[in-house]
Amino acid sequence: MSRQRDDYEKSWWYRFRKWVDGEMDLLDEGMEIRVPDEMLAAMDGEGQDAARHPAENKEHTFSYDGRGIRYFRRFYQVMSVLLCLSIIFVLLWTVAYLPAFGNAGNPDNNEVSARYIERGLQETGAVNIVTGMILDYRAFDTFGESCVLFIASCCVLVLLRIDAADGNEQARKRLEEANDRLFEPKNDVILQKCACVLVPLILVFGIYIVLNGHLSPGGGFSGGAVLGSGLILYLNAFGFGKTERFFTEKVYRRLTLSALTFYCLAKSYSFFTGANHMESGIPLGMPGRILSSGLILPLNICVGLVVACTMYAFYALFRKGGM
Amino acid sequence: MDTPLFVNMEETVSIILFGIGFTMLMLHRNLIKKILGMNIMDTAVYLFLAVKGYINGRMVPIVTNQIQDASAYINPVPSGLVLTGIVVSVSTTALMLALTIRLYERYGSLDLDEILMRAKEEERT
Amino acid sequence: MSMVQNFPFFSIILAMFSGIASSVLDGKRAKHLSLCVIAVTTGMSAAVLRFCMKTGESYTYMMGHFPAPWGNEIRAGALEGLTATLFGLVMFFSVVGGMEHTAADVEGSKQNLFYIMIDLMLSSLLALIYTNDLFTAYVFVEINTIAGCGLIMIRQKGRSLSAAIRYMIMSQLGSGLFLIGLSLLYDVTGHLLMTPAKEAVAVIEAAGLYAVPMLVIMAVVSVGLAIKSGLYPFHYWIPDTYGYATPTASAILSGLVSKGYIFLLIKIFYRVLGRENVIASEIVNVLFVFGLAGMLMGSVHAILEKDTRRMIAYSSVAQIGYIYMGIGLGTQAGMVAAVFHMFTHSATKALLFISAVGLYEVSGDRKDFRSLRGAGYRNPLAGIGFTVGSLSMVGFPMLSGFISKLLFATSALQSPHKMLPTVIALAISTILNAVYFLRLVITLYSIPETSRGQAASPGKSNWKLQLSVVCFILLNLTLGLYSQPIVEWIGSGLAMFD
Repeated sequence: MSRQRDDYEKSWWYRFRKWVDGEMDLLDEGMEIRVPDEMLAAMDGEGQDAARHPAENKEHTFSYDGRGIRYFRRFYQVMSVLLCLSIIFVLLWTVAYLPAFGNAGNPDNNEVSARYIERGLQETGAVNIVTGMILDYRAFDTFGESCVLFIASCCVLVLLRIDAADGNEQARKRLEEANDRLFEPKNDVILQKCACVLVPLILVFGIYIVLNGHLSPGGGFSGGAVLGSGLILYLNAFGFGKTERFFTEKVYRRLTLSALTFYCLAKSYSFFTGANHMESGIPLGMPGRILSSGLILPLNICVGLVVACTMYAFYALFRKGGM
Repeated sequence: MDTPLFVNMEETVSIILFGIGFTMLMLHRNLIKKILGMNIMDTAVYLFLAVKGYINGRMVPIVTNQIQDASAYINPVPSGLVLTGIVVSVSTTALMLALTIRLYERYGSLDLDEILMRAKEEERT
Repeated sequence: MSMVQNFPFFSIILAMFSGIASSVLDGKRAKHLSLCVIAVTTGMSAAVLRFCMKTGESYTYMMGHFPAPWGNEIRAGALEGLTATLFGLVMFFSVVGGMEHTAADVEGSKQNLFYIMIDLMLSSLLALIYTNDLFTAYVFVEINTIAGCGLIMIRQKGRSLSAAIRYMIMSQLGSGLFLIGLSLLYDVTGHLLMTPAKEAVAVIEAAGLYAVPMLVIMAVVSVGLAIKSGLYPFHYWIPDTYGYATPTASAILSGLVSKGYIFLLIKIFYRVLGRENVIASEIVNVLFVFGLAGMLMGSVHAILEKDTRRMIAYSSVAQIGYIYMGIGLGTQAGMVAAVFHMFTHSATKALLFISAVGLYEVSGDRKDFRSLRGAGYRNPLAGIGFTVGSLSMVGFPMLSGFISKLLFATSALQSPHKMLPTVIALAISTILNAVYFLRLVITLYSIPETSRGQAASPGKSNWKLQLSVVCFILLNLTLGLYSQPIVEWIGSGLAMFD
């Protein structure tokens, strides 16, 4: 009997049972790289220094495992550098075979760009061909792009907005830490005077760029960014107390919602009519006038609002975790 | 100086920048530098696209003096693509910076390896 | 033009609009809105599938007033409709199944943001499926990436933040490569829409021009999308991301997001680069080799893992390997098998994640799989769900996994050079799968030792999770038992691609 049991202890089935039970690892001590505890202790102890010279520290602290990790890292780095160099090499090799720079006969100067240039003015009403292209011919891409901005701002909200309403200790602590108004110079005269002059100019310039998107270089995105920077300058000069009187999170949400909703509905209408071969019935107006080119002007305004609000929201969220 | 790499010098530069950005994004252990690398990489692609749209001796694609001839203006398509691309890159940059801030608050480090190590440690305790 | 033909456009816009509108709703309303929208879009996709099967051809849909080479376009065919329907179903069940956990994991005031991510994720997946324009694809790939990152990091606990940054870094590497590939392609063809780009590629290939750039474009686009979908050597972000996100997010990320990129890759192969060119360029062989490596190494990693969810995540690496192996075979049959496995995997992996969560619930939420001992008795339905999922992954007859293995094996027989490695890898990988999945299943149904005092709280599982497990099991059985028509649909859908 006892012999049988010995056999059983050595048998595969027994080992399998043990492994199923998790008491034994068939590949014990293999594969997994464990960071030894001393290393972490050293890291914690030396804090910043450890972070700055990780390689040196490791060399001092451990003998075997640490070296293993270091070699692995070194190997990994060398391999990655080689990989990146090979990517550069391959792409350069490609460039050598690409069409020559600045040549009018290149494949990308084909009927597509020709129609945008030759008939863009009549078909979209926009003097600025690029604007006509992104807001009319290829408007679906541009709508997607506004959604990228929207979802990125949502993600930043998730990460950085601190909701003290939940009342947990951690959130309140973060809120306190994030509030850096205590450290900044309050009511700096130079900054405020400069802002008094500059902010109106910047805002007017931003509005000009947005409104003239279809006539001159610019459009919703660039104009919106200018507007956003004006708001940020105002905020820096006068503090959150002033901006919160007209720009809170509620305002931000409503503005973004209404702008994107209008964008979505307007473009849906034009996609739907276009695909079903119906006339859209939107007058294009006189090219060159400010009130022309159909939907492009309102769309630019919407995009400008979204971008300006999002830029300001990014800044406020990064700064104090709220608006 | 007739080798294609010199003729396409602008592309060559943008490809090298792309490689640098790619390397930084992949290799650098500092998160901020990774993000810088990502921006360099994206910008290199935009440079590449912008170069592709350029045609020697032509005007920007804004209709002036009622000239509507395809041989008068550069190709407007790449410019539009660059515009779209820039917004995408701004969004991802903002998102990654926000993530970096949270990670720094939590682990007190910008070194990705160290962050991962501390995260593992935190989980074990 | 009949009304049904508008449905792809409606579903994309509806999903986007619901995301935008959710920003002012509270968590509960946002949840209901998002469930409604997922249901409606799934219905619409099914209608599109039916329409395309009836007419027997695909159609393009102008997004605006300008036809093909000038304006944006989307395109719908049998395969698009089928994929969109299945993705919608999987998404709906995942959201329902993980609902309670979402409410617990996400801060109360940020619930609505979670559903914004879900809505935009849905819209971007639909757009990736239906798109007929390369640059639209790029923009929606980015939306997909950012929404995916949002879904991971919205559970701001444990390692989800570090997992999110790793995910973002890898995804950005992939996006960068994809974008430079698109730029190069635009440079040599001058088109961004798929149909004219394909014509231009055919002209270029016939004239023998730009051989090097075309090769590099294929390589760069494939590698970019492979990185984003987590093919083997680029897989290291997968276990963290899937292991530490909230259950719904894990199910959606593993089941759908990576598949969206693979679908886009298949679409680009067929509709832009031309299948013959891709096969001639040997790129498929590279994908084949990486796929094989993924099949084996993913399983090995899974065996070494002790945390159940990370184990399932590593198993995803192996399954992605299967899909790329199918693409790499370079035959029509291999592609059908790959697409079928894509469906199998998205249904099964979501089932595994959701039922694993059900099992954790009754075992005191510990990571180690040993704590699950006897969980199959404490939560019978989740136990059955997990068993079904495991058996399907192993390739048990009647379940969907069996059919896809069968398809892989038969398609391997048609390509003489790759037959041997494929069959051997399939066999080894199946055995490895069996080892770790059966170990888990045995653990579930072994009697807990009360002496160890780990008999854990018998906490009650919620009915939503039970419901979604049942639905997933049914979906799996449907894929397994009615595989014949589905395989036919895939075949005709792929035929419509040309």
